[in-house]
Amino acid sequence: MTTLTVTRTTLLKDLRMEWRSKDAINSMLFFALLVVVIFSFAFNPTAEESRMIAGGLIWVAFLFAAVVALNQTWARELRNQVLDAYRVSPAPPNALFLAKAIGNFLFVVVLECLMTPLFVIFYELRSIGPVWQLIVVALLGTWALVVNGTFFAALSIRTRSREIMLPLILFPISIPALLGMVDATTSILTGEATPDFWIKLLAVYDIVFTAICLMLFETVLNAE
Amino acid sequence: MKRLALITLPLTLVLLAVSSYLALVVAPTEATMGDVQRIFYYHVPSAWVGGFCFFINFVASIWYLWKRSPRSDALAAASAEVGVVFCAVLLIEGTLWARPVWGIWWTWDARLTTTLVLWLIYVSYLVLRRFSAGQTQVMAAALAVFAFADVPIVYMSIRWFRTQHPSPVMGGGENSGLAPAMLQVFLVNLALFTVLGILFIWLRYKLETAEQALESAHAQAALKGAA
Repeated sequence: MTTLTVTRTTLLKDLRMEWRSKDAINSMLFFALLVVVIFSFAFNPTAEESRMIAGGLIWVAFLFAAVVALNQTWARELRNQVLDAYRVSPAPPNALFLAKAIGNFLFVVVLECLMTPLFVIFYELRSIGPVWQLIVVALLGTWALVVNGTFFAALSIRTRSREIMLPLILFPISIPALLGMVDATTSILTGEATPDFWIKLLAVYDIVFTAICLMLFETVLNAE
Repeated sequence: MKRLALITLPLTLVLLAVSSYLALVVAPTEATMGDVQRIFYYHVPSAWVGGFCFFINFVASIWYLWKRSPRSDALAAASAEVGVVFCAVLLIEGTLWARPVWGIWWTWDARLTTTLVLWLIYVSYLVLRRFSAGQTQVMAAALAVFAFADVPIVYMSIRWFRTQHPSPVMGGGENSGLAPAMLQVFLVNLALFTVLGILFIWLRYKLETAEQALESAHAQAALKGAA
């Protein structure tokens, strides 16, 4: 079994399950919608200056919503001891990790595609800088959250109160990535600064942590 | 080992009292900041010991992942705890110093923010240790690798964030060219804090290994009872 086959099979299985149940995407969507509405009470959302904080707002909403999906990543593999079966099978562990990470990435990207129009409508957002840069920032930033999130979800299933554990360990490590996403988005939306440094930082963050995840996942999966 | 601790701990405390006398009374008063500057003799050594502890934590965690020795896990746990304590002391000293000198308790400047984020990361490490149900050692060691890799990225990002935007208050702290009398006192304090940090790690390490031994004894007893 090659890594590619296992990754593809696991990914397709997860996508099919999600397509049939729509558990993750529905809870994420509703959660993000709630965040959007609740934030609008904290300040005047259509004021010109709220463009300055829109970057932070969008990413906080996506981050919180992503945690909902990330928490479900491994939970379904615990039922019927699927994870144990995977452990004894000769399939490469990193293939499983990659499938899970890519699956979560797709879920969060779908969420972002559905939520962005809502943000634009509710907060009257217009981008002064080039929009394609926003897409680059979104893709790099989402991967940064999801790759570590998938890994830490595998750690937190071994803890008591596992749902609470994930954000507690994910958020501190993600601070530089979050800072990058928020500041890059704000500088593109306001058109006041160039996001080049942040795009590079996010790329470095992605590479470093993807490498660490792939190095350590086997150890964590097989820890008994 | 116990006797060694009984000798070194009081000795370090006595020496710390002497060095405090040096720092608070003997060292010359700084020209612009006055007596407040004396926090410096505690502030910088706390930072050094905190950083040193986190480095020990990283090395011990890597060693654990490689060799799976429970002792290195005990060392990682001990050093992370001591590091968080020194880092917290550092942050508190920092606010106490900032208030009279800068006029504010806190500023989101690069070094302050990085220290705060560092503290948060290692607190989350301790939380993971406390809450994990089985396999604590592997989980914690993996997280320690993430934490240590994150430090330079945090520093880089926050430095950029803060140099791009104007920061309200800067300066202070940067005593380029310390007066010789100050330097001597500073070095004495630095050495003593290092000894104190190592002593804390060592005592905490002993406690951790004792706990490990107790746990495995319990497990053995339970196995015998079941058989």
